[in-house]
Amino acid sequence: MRKMPIKFYAFFVLPTAVAFLISFLIPFLLGIYLSFTEFTTVTNSRWVGVDNYVRAFSEDIDFWNALVFTAKFAVVSVALINAFAFLFAFLLTRKIRGANVFRTVFFMPNLIGGIILGYIWQLILNGILINFGVDITFDARYGFWGLVILMNWQMAGYMMIIYIAAIQNVPPELIEAASIDGAGALQTLRRITIPMVRPAFTICTFLTVTNSFKLFDQNLALTAGAPGRASSMLALDIFNTFYGRNGYEGVGQAKAVVFFLIVGLIVLLQLYFSRRKELES
Amino acid sequence: MKTNNRFGMAAVSGFLVILAAVYLAPILIVLMNSFKGRFFISDTPFAPPNGQTFVGIDNYISGIAKTGFLQAFGYSLFITVFSVGAIVLFTAMTAWCITRVKSRASSLLYYLFVFSMIVPFQMVMFTMSKMANILHLDNPLGIIVIYLGFGAGLSVFIYSGFVKSIPHEIEEAATIDGCNPVQTFFWIVLPILQPVSITVAILNAMWIWNDYLLPYLVIGNTYKTIPIAVQYLQGGYGSRDMGAMMAMLVLAIVPIVIFYLTSQQYIIKGVVAGAVKG
Repeated sequence: MRKMPIKFYAFFVLPTAVAFLISFLIPFLLGIYLSFTEFTTVTNSRWVGVDNYVRAFSEDIDFWNALVFTAKFAVVSVALINAFAFLFAFLLTRKIRGANVFRTVFFMPNLIGGIILGYIWQLILNGILINFGVDITFDARYGFWGLVILMNWQMAGYMMIIYIAAIQNVPPELIEAASIDGAGALQTLRRITIPMVRPAFTICTFLTVTNSFKLFDQNLALTAGAPGRASSMLALDIFNTFYGRNGYEGVGQAKAVVFFLIVGLIVLLQLYFSRRKELES
Repeated sequence: MKTNNRFGMAAVSGFLVILAAVYLAPILIVLMNSFKGRFFISDTPFAPPNGQTFVGIDNYISGIAKTGFLQAFGYSLFITVFSVGAIVLFTAMTAWCITRVKSRASSLLYYLFVFSMIVPFQMVMFTMSKMANILHLDNPLGIIVIYLGFGAGLSVFIYSGFVKSIPHEIEEAATIDGCNPVQTFFWIVLPILQPVSITVAILNAMWIWNDYLLPYLVIGNTYKTIPIAVQYLQGGYGSRDMGAMMAMLVLAIVPIVIFYLTSQQYIIKGVVAGAVKG
Protein backbone atom coordinates (compact mmCIF):
# COMPACT_ATOMS: atom_id res chain seq x y z
CA MET A 1 0.00 0.00 0.00
CA ARG A 2 2.01 2.93 -1.27
CA LYS A 3 -0.78 5.49 -1.10
CA MET A 4 -3.84 5.98 1.01
CA PRO A 5 -6.73 8.45 0.60
CA ILE A 6 -6.18 11.38 2.94
CA LYS A 7 -9.28 10.71 5.02
CA PHE A 8 -8.01 7.22 5.89
CA TYR A 9 -4.52 8.53 6.58
CA ALA A 10 -5.98 11.08 8.99
CA PHE A 11 -8.11 8.41 10.66
CA PHE A 12 -5.04 6.27 11.41
CA VAL A 13 -2.56 8.98 12.32
CA LEU A 14 -4.49 11.86 13.90
CA PRO A 15 -5.38 10.46 17.36
CA THR A 16 -1.74 9.66 18.18
CA ALA A 17 -0.36 12.71 16.40
CA VAL A 18 -2.65 15.16 18.21
CA ALA A 19 -1.89 13.62 21.62
CA PHE A 20 1.83 13.69 20.76
CA LEU A 21 1.59 17.33 19.72
CA ILE A 22 -0.17 18.36 22.92
CA SER A 23 1.86 16.40 25.44
CA PHE A 24 5.29 16.33 23.83
CA LEU A 25 6.05 18.40 20.76
CA ILE A 26 4.57 21.77 21.72
CA PRO A 27 5.83 21.54 25.34
CA PHE A 28 9.28 20.58 24.03
CA LEU A 29 9.57 23.55 21.64
CA LEU A 30 8.02 25.90 24.19
CA GLY A 31 10.51 24.59 26.75
CA ILE A 32 13.47 25.51 24.56
CA TYR A 33 12.03 28.98 24.00
CA LEU A 34 11.27 29.53 27.70
CA SER A 35 14.83 28.61 28.69
CA PHE A 36 15.86 31.96 27.14
CA THR A 37 13.23 33.94 29.05
CA GLU A 38 12.19 34.88 32.54
CA PHE A 39 8.71 33.59 33.40
CA THR A 40 6.40 32.31 36.09
CA THR A 41 3.69 31.04 33.76
CA VAL A 42 3.83 30.30 30.06
CA THR A 43 2.18 33.61 29.12
CA ASN A 44 4.30 36.21 30.94
CA SER A 45 7.75 35.43 29.58
CA ARG A 46 10.40 38.08 28.97
CA TRP A 47 13.45 37.46 26.74
CA VAL A 48 16.73 37.38 28.70
CA GLY A 49 19.07 35.60 26.27
CA VAL A 50 21.52 33.11 27.77
CA ASP A 51 21.17 34.60 31.24
CA ASN A 52 19.43 31.50 32.62
CA TYR A 53 22.21 29.23 31.39
CA VAL A 54 24.84 31.41 33.03
CA ARG A 55 22.88 31.47 36.28
CA ALA A 56 22.34 27.70 36.21
CA PHE A 57 26.09 27.15 36.46
CA SER A 58 27.26 30.24 38.33
CA GLU A 59 24.74 31.12 41.02
CA ASP A 60 25.29 28.11 43.25
CA ILE A 61 27.08 24.79 43.08
CA ASP A 62 23.90 22.67 43.21
CA PHE A 63 23.84 21.95 39.50
CA TRP A 64 27.54 21.10 39.29
CA ASN A 65 27.16 18.99 42.38
CA ALA A 66 24.20 17.10 40.91
CA LEU A 67 26.07 16.64 37.64
CA VAL A 68 29.12 15.13 39.34
CA PHE A 69 26.96 13.00 41.66
CA THR A 70 24.95 11.67 38.71
CA ALA A 71 28.01 10.93 36.57
CA LYS A 72 29.74 9.07 39.40
CA PHE A 73 26.55 7.20 40.18
CA ALA A 74 26.12 6.18 36.56
CA VAL A 75 29.67 4.81 36.32
CA VAL A 76 29.49 2.82 39.56
CA SER A 77 25.98 1.47 39.10
CA VAL A 78 26.45 0.54 35.44
CA ALA A 79 29.55 -1.49 36.30
CA LEU A 80 28.02 -3.22 39.33
CA ILE A 81 24.58 -3.89 37.85
CA ASN A 82 26.05 -5.48 34.74
CA ALA A 83 28.56 -7.53 36.73
CA PHE A 84 25.84 -8.91 39.02
CA ALA A 85 23.38 -9.42 36.19
CA PHE A 86 25.91 -11.36 34.14
CA LEU A 87 26.91 -13.46 37.15
CA PHE A 88 23.26 -14.35 37.89
CA ALA A 89 22.62 -15.18 34.24
CA PHE A 90 25.78 -17.29 34.02
CA LEU A 91 24.85 -19.29 37.12
CA LEU A 92 21.22 -19.74 36.13
CA THR A 93 22.13 -21.16 32.72
CA ARG A 94 24.18 -23.98 34.36
CA LYS A 95 21.26 -26.48 34.52
CA ILE A 96 20.63 -25.57 38.16
CA ARG A 97 17.60 -27.13 39.79
CA GLY A 98 14.95 -24.49 40.45
CA ALA A 99 16.48 -22.00 37.99
CA ASN A 100 13.01 -20.68 37.16
CA VAL A 101 12.24 -19.93 40.80
CA PHE A 102 15.50 -17.99 41.17
CA ARG A 103 14.79 -16.09 37.97
CA THR A 104 11.33 -15.15 39.23
CA VAL A 105 12.75 -13.88 42.54
CA PHE A 106 15.62 -11.87 41.02
CA PHE A 107 13.39 -10.18 38.45
CA MET A 108 10.55 -9.20 40.77
CA PRO A 109 11.94 -5.94 42.29
CA ASN A 110 12.03 -4.50 38.77
CA LEU A 111 8.24 -4.26 38.71
CA ILE A 112 7.98 -2.23 41.91
CA GLY A 113 7.76 1.54 41.47
CA GLY A 114 10.64 3.86 42.37
CA ILE A 115 8.84 5.66 45.20
CA ILE A 116 7.94 2.36 46.89
CA LEU A 117 11.50 1.03 46.42
CA GLY A 118 12.94 4.19 47.95
CA TYR A 119 10.94 3.81 51.17
CA ILE A 120 11.63 0.08 51.44
CA TRP A 121 15.38 0.72 51.35
CA GLN A 122 15.16 3.76 53.57
CA LEU A 123 13.77 1.47 56.30
CA ILE A 124 16.43 -1.20 55.79
CA LEU A 125 19.43 1.12 55.49
CA ASN A 126 18.39 3.34 58.38
CA GLY A 127 17.83 0.20 60.46
CA ILE A 128 21.47 -0.75 59.86
CA LEU A 129 22.93 2.76 60.17
CA ILE A 130 21.17 3.45 63.48
CA ASN A 131 23.60 1.03 65.11
CA PHE A 132 26.32 3.55 64.24
CA GLY A 133 24.26 6.49 65.49
CA VAL A 134 23.60 7.98 62.03
CA ASP A 135 21.01 7.74 59.26
CA ILE A 136 21.00 7.83 55.48
CA THR A 137 20.78 11.64 55.33
CA PHE A 138 23.86 12.10 57.53
CA ASP A 139 26.32 12.19 54.65
CA ALA A 140 25.89 12.31 50.87
CA ARG A 141 28.13 9.26 50.60
CA TYR A 142 25.54 7.17 52.46
CA GLY A 143 22.87 8.38 50.06
CA PHE A 144 25.14 7.55 47.13
CA TRP A 145 25.81 3.96 48.18
CA GLY A 146 22.21 3.55 49.29
CA LEU A 147 21.08 4.44 45.78
CA VAL A 148 23.67 2.10 44.28
CA ILE A 149 22.39 -0.80 46.43
CA LEU A 150 18.78 0.06 45.61
CA MET A 151 19.41 0.26 41.87
CA ASN A 152 21.29 -3.03 41.87
CA TRP A 153 18.39 -4.67 43.64
CA GLN A 154 15.97 -3.21 41.11
CA MET A 155 17.85 -3.51 37.83
CA ALA A 156 20.14 -6.56 38.11
CA GLY A 157 17.24 -8.98 37.60
CA TYR A 158 16.08 -7.10 34.51
CA MET A 159 19.52 -7.14 32.90
CA MET A 160 19.90 -10.79 33.96
CA ILE A 161 16.87 -11.68 31.81
CA ILE A 162 18.53 -10.08 28.77
CA TYR A 163 21.83 -11.88 29.46
CA ILE A 164 20.04 -15.21 29.93
CA ALA A 165 18.39 -14.82 26.52
CA ALA A 166 21.79 -14.02 24.98
CA ILE A 167 23.65 -16.90 26.67
CA GLN A 168 20.95 -19.36 25.61
CA ASN A 169 21.49 -18.22 22.02
CA VAL A 170 25.16 -19.26 22.02
CA PRO A 171 25.27 -22.36 19.73
CA PRO A 172 25.92 -25.48 21.87
CA GLU A 173 28.27 -26.80 19.14
CA LEU A 174 30.72 -24.02 19.95
CA ILE A 175 30.80 -24.93 23.65
CA GLU A 176 31.14 -28.62 22.75
CA ALA A 177 33.94 -27.95 20.30
CA ALA A 178 35.76 -25.94 22.95
CA SER A 179 35.48 -28.70 25.53
CA ILE A 180 36.73 -31.27 22.99
CA ASP A 181 39.70 -28.98 22.37
CA GLY A 182 40.36 -29.13 26.10
CA ALA A 183 39.13 -25.71 27.19
CA GLY A 184 38.23 -25.37 30.88
CA ALA A 185 35.10 -23.69 32.14
CA LEU A 186 36.82 -20.34 32.64
CA GLN A 187 38.45 -20.44 29.23
CA THR A 188 35.12 -21.24 27.58
CA LEU A 189 33.56 -18.33 29.42
CA ARG A 190 36.29 -15.91 28.39
CA ARG A 191 36.85 -17.02 24.81
CA ILE A 192 33.33 -18.02 23.74
CA THR A 193 30.45 -16.96 25.97
CA ILE A 194 31.53 -13.38 26.65
CA PRO A 195 32.39 -12.50 23.01
CA MET A 196 29.15 -14.14 21.83
CA VAL A 197 26.94 -12.09 24.17
CA ARG A 198 28.58 -8.77 23.35
CA PRO A 199 25.39 -7.31 21.77
CA ALA A 200 23.62 -7.94 25.09
CA PHE A 201 26.38 -6.01 26.89
CA THR A 202 25.75 -3.09 24.55
CA ILE A 203 21.99 -3.12 25.18
CA CYS A 204 22.36 -3.46 28.95
CA THR A 205 24.97 -0.72 29.19
CA PHE A 206 22.70 1.56 27.19
CA LEU A 207 19.69 0.82 29.40
CA THR A 208 21.57 1.19 32.69
CA VAL A 209 23.32 4.42 31.66
CA THR A 210 20.11 6.16 30.54
CA ASN A 211 18.20 4.85 33.57
CA SER A 212 20.91 6.08 35.95
CA PHE A 213 20.96 9.53 34.38
CA LYS A 214 17.18 9.94 34.44
CA LEU A 215 16.74 8.58 37.97
CA PHE A 216 14.23 10.60 39.96
CA ASP A 217 11.65 8.67 42.04
CA GLN A 218 14.19 6.57 43.94
CA ASN A 219 16.30 9.64 44.67
CA LEU A 220 13.27 11.57 45.96
CA ALA A 221 12.02 8.78 48.21
CA LEU A 222 15.36 7.55 49.61
CA THR A 223 17.03 10.85 50.62
CA ALA A 224 15.12 13.67 48.88
CA GLY A 225 18.59 15.09 48.22
CA ALA A 226 19.57 15.34 51.90
CA PRO A 227 21.78 16.41 53.59
CA GLY A 228 20.95 19.81 52.11
CA ARG A 229 21.12 19.17 48.37
CA ALA A 230 24.24 17.06 48.52
CA SER A 231 22.63 13.82 47.30
CA SER A 232 20.44 15.40 44.61
CA MET A 233 20.82 13.96 41.15
CA LEU A 234 20.21 16.00 37.99
CA ALA A 235 16.50 15.26 37.63
CA LEU A 236 15.77 16.08 41.27
CA ASP A 237 17.86 19.25 41.16
CA ILE A 238 15.90 20.47 38.14
CA PHE A 239 12.62 19.66 39.86
CA ASN A 240 13.69 21.59 42.98
CA THR A 241 14.85 24.56 40.94
CA PHE A 242 11.47 24.72 39.20
CA TYR A 243 9.12 24.14 42.07
CA GLY A 244 11.22 24.85 45.16
CA ARG A 245 12.19 28.50 44.56
CA ASN A 246 10.23 31.43 43.20
CA GLY A 247 11.74 33.28 40.26
CA TYR A 248 13.91 30.33 39.18
CA GLU A 249 11.58 28.81 36.57
CA GLY A 250 13.79 30.04 33.72
CA VAL A 251 16.92 28.67 35.37
CA GLY A 252 15.14 25.35 35.90
CA GLN A 253 14.17 25.21 32.22
CA ALA A 254 17.74 26.04 31.17
CA LYS A 255 19.04 23.24 33.40
CA ALA A 256 16.49 20.92 31.78
CA VAL A 257 17.79 21.81 28.30
CA VAL A 258 21.37 21.09 29.42
CA PHE A 259 20.15 17.79 30.91
CA PHE A 260 18.48 16.91 27.60
CA LEU A 261 21.68 17.70 25.68
CA ILE A 262 23.75 15.50 28.02
CA VAL A 263 21.36 12.54 27.69
CA GLY A 264 21.15 13.06 23.92
CA LEU A 265 24.94 13.13 23.63
CA ILE A 266 25.26 9.89 25.59
CA VAL A 267 22.70 8.18 23.34
CA LEU A 268 24.47 9.38 20.18
CA LEU A 269 27.89 8.28 21.45
CA GLN A 270 26.56 4.84 22.31
CA LEU A 271 24.86 4.44 18.95
CA TYR A 272 28.09 5.48 17.24
CA PHE A 273 30.28 3.06 19.20
CA SER A 274 27.89 0.12 18.94
CA ARG A 275 27.57 0.64 15.16
CA ARG A 276 31.35 0.72 14.83
CA LYS A 277 31.74 -2.45 16.88
CA GLU A 278 29.13 -4.19 14.75
CA LEU A 279 30.98 -3.17 11.59
CA GLU A 280 34.27 -4.47 12.98
CA SER A 281 32.94 -7.93 13.81
CA MET B 1 35.97 -34.88 37.92
CA LYS B 2 32.39 -35.93 38.52
CA THR B 3 32.41 -35.49 42.30
CA ASN B 4 34.17 -32.19 41.83
CA ASN B 5 31.38 -31.09 39.48
CA ARG B 6 28.63 -32.21 41.85
CA PHE B 7 30.29 -30.34 44.68
CA GLY B 8 30.52 -27.26 42.49
CA MET B 9 26.82 -27.45 41.63
CA ALA B 10 25.90 -27.75 45.31
CA ALA B 11 28.00 -24.68 46.09
CA VAL B 12 26.33 -22.72 43.29
CA SER B 13 22.87 -23.78 44.48
CA GLY B 14 23.71 -22.78 48.05
CA PHE B 15 24.98 -19.41 46.88
CA LEU B 16 21.79 -18.81 44.86
CA VAL B 17 19.58 -19.75 47.83
CA ILE B 18 21.37 -17.21 50.03
CA LEU B 19 21.12 -14.61 47.28
CA ALA B 20 17.40 -15.26 46.83
CA ALA B 21 16.92 -14.82 50.58
CA VAL B 22 18.78 -11.50 50.43
CA TYR B 23 16.55 -10.48 47.52
CA LEU B 24 13.32 -11.28 49.31
CA ALA B 25 14.38 -10.00 52.74
CA PRO B 26 13.59 -6.27 52.22
CA ILE B 27 10.00 -7.04 51.24
CA LEU B 28 9.52 -9.52 54.09
CA ILE B 29 10.96 -7.02 56.58
CA VAL B 30 8.49 -4.37 55.42
CA LEU B 31 5.67 -6.93 55.71
CA MET B 32 6.76 -7.82 59.24
CA ASN B 33 6.99 -4.18 60.33
CA SER B 34 3.52 -3.43 58.98
CA PHE B 35 2.15 -5.36 61.98
CA LYS B 36 4.19 -3.42 64.55
CA GLY B 37 3.26 -0.25 66.42
CA ARG B 38 4.42 2.94 64.70
CA PHE B 39 7.05 3.77 67.33
CA PHE B 40 8.73 0.35 67.19
CA ILE B 41 9.64 0.45 63.50
CA SER B 42 12.39 2.97 62.69
CA ASP B 43 14.72 2.04 65.56
CA THR B 44 14.35 -1.73 65.45
CA PRO B 45 13.21 -2.71 61.96
CA PHE B 46 14.77 -6.17 62.20
CA ALA B 47 12.99 -7.20 65.42
CA PRO B 48 9.92 -9.38 64.85
CA PRO B 49 6.69 -8.19 66.47
CA ASN B 50 6.13 -9.35 70.04
CA GLY B 51 3.31 -9.04 72.59
CA GLN B 52 4.18 -5.42 73.26
CA THR B 53 4.72 -4.22 69.69
CA PHE B 54 2.14 -6.29 67.74
CA VAL B 55 -0.85 -4.18 66.67
CA GLY B 56 -2.66 -6.49 64.22
CA ILE B 57 -4.05 -4.67 61.21
CA ASP B 58 -4.30 -1.24 62.89
CA ASN B 59 -1.66 0.22 60.58
CA TYR B 60 -3.63 -0.90 57.55
CA ILE B 61 -6.81 0.71 58.85
CA SER B 62 -5.15 4.03 59.72
CA GLY B 63 -3.03 4.04 56.55
CA ILE B 64 -6.02 3.46 54.28
CA ALA B 65 -7.90 6.25 56.03
CA LYS B 66 -4.99 8.71 55.92
CA THR B 67 -4.03 8.23 52.28
CA GLY B 68 -7.40 7.37 50.77
CA PHE B 69 -5.71 4.25 49.48
CA LEU B 70 -8.83 2.61 48.07
CA GLN B 71 -9.55 5.65 45.92
CA ALA B 72 -5.90 5.83 44.89
CA PHE B 73 -6.06 2.20 43.85
CA GLY B 74 -9.15 2.96 41.78
CA TYR B 75 -7.50 5.94 40.05
CA SER B 76 -4.30 3.99 39.36
CA LEU B 77 -6.27 1.09 37.89
CA PHE B 78 -8.54 3.32 35.78
CA ILE B 79 -5.69 5.42 34.40
CA THR B 80 -3.43 2.43 33.70
CA VAL B 81 -6.09 0.28 31.99
CA PHE B 82 -7.50 2.97 29.73
CA SER B 83 -4.17 4.60 28.90
CA VAL B 84 -2.69 1.24 27.94
CA GLY B 85 -5.79 0.47 25.88
CA ALA B 86 -5.56 3.79 24.07
CA ILE B 87 -1.82 3.39 23.47
CA VAL B 88 -2.15 -0.15 22.07
CA LEU B 89 -5.01 0.74 19.70
CA PHE B 90 -3.91 4.15 18.45
CA THR B 91 -0.16 3.60 18.18
CA ALA B 92 -0.75 0.31 16.33
CA MET B 93 -2.93 2.21 13.82
CA THR B 94 -0.37 4.97 13.46
CA ALA B 95 2.65 2.69 13.21
CA TRP B 96 1.04 0.49 10.54
CA CYS B 97 -0.07 3.51 8.52
CA ILE B 98 3.24 5.40 8.56
CA THR B 99 5.22 2.23 7.86
CA ARG B 100 3.09 1.23 4.88
CA VAL B 101 2.41 4.63 3.33
CA LYS B 102 5.75 5.98 2.20
CA SER B 103 5.52 9.75 2.25
CA ARG B 104 7.36 12.71 3.68
CA ALA B 105 4.73 13.10 6.40
CA SER B 106 5.17 9.47 7.40
CA SER B 107 8.92 9.63 7.81
CA LEU B 108 8.75 13.00 9.59
CA LEU B 109 6.31 11.51 12.10
CA TYR B 110 8.44 8.41 12.54
CA TYR B 111 11.58 10.39 13.31
CA LEU B 112 9.72 12.69 15.71
CA PHE B 113 8.41 9.67 17.62
CA VAL B 114 11.87 8.10 17.83
CA PHE B 115 13.37 11.43 18.88
CA SER B 116 10.89 11.79 21.74
CA MET B 117 12.27 8.60 23.32
CA ILE B 118 15.57 10.23 24.24
CA VAL B 119 14.13 13.45 25.71
CA PRO B 120 14.11 13.33 29.53
CA PHE B 121 10.81 14.11 31.20
CA GLN B 122 12.20 17.17 33.06
CA MET B 123 12.62 18.90 29.72
CA VAL B 124 8.87 19.11 29.17
CA MET B 125 7.38 18.67 32.64
CA PHE B 126 6.60 22.33 33.29
CA THR B 127 5.24 23.25 29.87
CA MET B 128 3.36 19.96 29.53
CA SER B 129 1.56 20.33 32.85
CA LYS B 130 0.62 23.91 31.90
CA MET B 131 -0.72 22.65 28.56
CA ALA B 132 -2.74 19.98 30.34
CA ASN B 133 -4.11 22.65 32.62
CA ILE B 134 -5.10 25.03 29.82
CA LEU B 135 -6.76 22.25 27.79
CA HIS B 136 -8.59 20.85 30.87
CA LEU B 137 -6.79 17.54 30.62
CA ASP B 138 -6.00 17.66 34.35
CA ASN B 139 -8.36 14.84 35.35
CA PRO B 140 -8.22 11.02 35.19
CA LEU B 141 -9.83 11.00 31.75
CA GLY B 142 -7.69 13.77 30.25
CA ILE B 143 -4.43 12.31 31.50
CA ILE B 144 -5.06 9.37 29.14
CA VAL B 145 -4.38 11.79 26.24
CA ILE B 146 -1.10 12.82 27.89
CA TYR B 147 -0.06 9.19 28.34
CA LEU B 148 -0.95 8.43 24.72
CA GLY B 149 1.34 11.26 23.61
CA PHE B 150 4.21 10.20 25.88
CA GLY B 151 3.82 6.48 25.21
CA ALA B 152 3.74 7.03 21.44
CA GLY B 153 7.53 7.11 20.96
CA LEU B 154 8.48 3.66 22.19
CA SER B 155 5.20 2.02 21.13
CA VAL B 156 5.25 3.28 17.53
CA PHE B 157 8.91 2.27 17.33
CA ILE B 158 8.21 -1.29 18.49
CA TYR B 159 5.14 -1.70 16.28
CA SER B 160 6.92 -0.31 13.20
CA GLY B 161 9.76 -2.78 13.61
CA PHE B 162 7.25 -5.62 13.56
CA VAL B 163 5.07 -4.27 10.73
CA LYS B 164 8.14 -4.19 8.46
CA SER B 165 8.44 -7.98 8.90
CA ILE B 166 4.84 -8.71 7.83
CA PRO B 167 4.61 -9.53 4.09
CA HIS B 168 2.63 -6.96 2.03
CA GLU B 169 0.84 -9.69 0.08
CA ILE B 170 -1.68 -10.46 2.81
CA GLU B 171 -2.85 -6.86 2.94
CA GLU B 172 -2.84 -6.53 -0.85
CA ALA B 173 -5.06 -9.62 -1.11
CA ALA B 174 -7.49 -8.02 1.32
CA THR B 175 -7.56 -4.84 -0.76
CA ILE B 176 -8.23 -6.80 -3.93
CA ASP B 177 -11.09 -8.57 -2.12
CA GLY B 178 -12.63 -5.13 -1.56
CA CYS B 179 -11.45 -4.16 1.93
CA ASN B 180 -10.83 -0.48 2.56
CA PRO B 181 -7.79 0.41 4.74
CA VAL B 182 -9.87 0.50 7.94
CA GLN B 183 -11.26 -2.98 7.32
CA THR B 184 -7.83 -4.28 6.32
CA PHE B 185 -6.31 -2.95 9.52
CA PHE B 186 -8.91 -4.23 11.96
CA TRP B 187 -9.60 -7.61 10.32
CA ILE B 188 -6.17 -8.54 9.01
CA VAL B 189 -3.35 -6.49 10.56
CA LEU B 190 -4.43 -6.04 14.18
CA PRO B 191 -4.79 -9.81 14.80
CA ILE B 192 -1.31 -10.39 13.31
CA LEU B 193 0.09 -7.72 15.65
CA GLN B 194 -1.19 -9.51 18.76
CA PRO B 195 2.17 -10.71 20.18
CA VAL B 196 3.64 -7.19 19.84
CA SER B 197 0.50 -5.72 21.35
CA ILE B 198 1.15 -7.81 24.48
CA THR B 199 4.72 -6.48 24.66
CA VAL B 200 3.58 -2.89 24.17
CA ALA B 201 0.79 -3.30 26.74
CA ILE B 202 3.11 -4.75 29.40
CA LEU B 203 5.87 -2.17 28.97
CA ASN B 204 3.39 0.70 29.15
CA ALA B 205 1.44 -0.81 32.05
CA MET B 206 4.63 -1.14 34.13
CA TRP B 207 5.52 2.45 33.39
CA ILE B 208 2.10 4.04 33.97
CA TRP B 209 1.18 2.05 37.09
CA ASN B 210 4.43 3.08 38.80
CA ASP B 211 4.68 6.61 37.38
CA TYR B 212 4.93 9.32 40.00
CA LEU B 213 6.00 12.70 38.64
CA LEU B 214 3.70 13.01 35.62
CA PRO B 215 0.43 12.32 37.50
CA TYR B 216 1.71 14.35 40.47
CA LEU B 217 2.17 17.42 38.27
CA VAL B 218 -0.94 16.97 36.13
CA ILE B 219 -3.62 15.70 38.53
CA GLY B 220 -1.85 15.29 41.90
CA ASN B 221 -3.70 18.07 43.70
CA THR B 222 -7.09 16.48 43.26
CA TYR B 223 -6.51 12.85 42.35
CA LYS B 224 -3.89 10.71 44.06
CA THR B 225 -2.61 7.57 42.38
CA ILE B 226 -0.84 4.94 44.53
CA PRO B 227 2.72 6.35 44.27
CA ILE B 228 1.39 9.85 45.04
CA ALA B 229 -0.54 8.52 48.06
CA VAL B 230 2.61 6.84 49.42
CA GLN B 231 4.75 9.93 48.89
CA TYR B 232 2.00 12.02 50.52
CA LEU B 233 2.46 10.02 53.76
CA GLN B 234 6.04 11.23 53.94
CA GLY B 235 4.85 14.69 54.97
CA GLY B 236 7.34 16.71 56.96
CA TYR B 237 10.42 14.92 58.14
CA GLY B 238 10.04 13.15 61.50
CA SER B 239 6.30 13.58 61.68
CA ARG B 240 5.29 10.72 59.48
CA ASP B 241 3.43 7.63 60.64
CA MET B 242 5.85 4.76 60.01
CA GLY B 243 3.18 2.15 60.75
CA ALA B 244 0.85 3.50 58.09
CA MET B 245 3.82 3.82 55.72
CA MET B 246 4.73 0.14 56.10
CA ALA B 247 1.13 -0.95 55.57
CA MET B 248 0.80 1.19 52.43
CA LEU B 249 4.08 -0.17 51.02
CA VAL B 250 2.69 -3.69 51.46
CA LEU B 251 -0.61 -2.75 49.81
CA ALA B 252 1.28 -1.12 46.92
CA ILE B 253 3.40 -4.23 46.36
CA VAL B 254 0.65 -6.89 46.62
CA PRO B 255 -1.16 -6.09 43.32
CA ILE B 256 2.17 -6.05 41.47
CA VAL B 257 3.21 -9.43 42.88
CA ILE B 258 -0.16 -10.97 41.97
CA PHE B 259 0.04 -9.54 38.44
CA TYR B 260 3.61 -10.76 38.10
CA LEU B 261 2.95 -14.30 39.30
CA THR B 262 -0.10 -14.71 37.05
CA SER B 263 1.42 -13.38 33.83
CA GLN B 264 5.13 -13.87 34.40
CA GLN B 265 5.88 -15.46 31.03
CA TYR B 266 4.35 -12.54 29.10
CA ILE B 267 6.11 -9.97 31.26
CA ILE B 268 9.53 -11.53 30.80
CA LYS B 269 9.01 -12.04 27.07
CA GLY B 270 7.74 -8.47 26.74
CA VAL B 271 10.68 -7.03 28.63
CA VAL B 272 13.22 -8.90 26.51
CA ALA B 273 11.49 -7.95 23.24
CA GLY B 274 11.16 -4.32 24.34
CA ALA B 275 14.79 -4.09 25.44
CA VAL B 276 16.20 -5.61 22.30
CA LYS B 277 14.15 -3.29 20.10
CA GLY B 278 14.70 -0.21 22.25
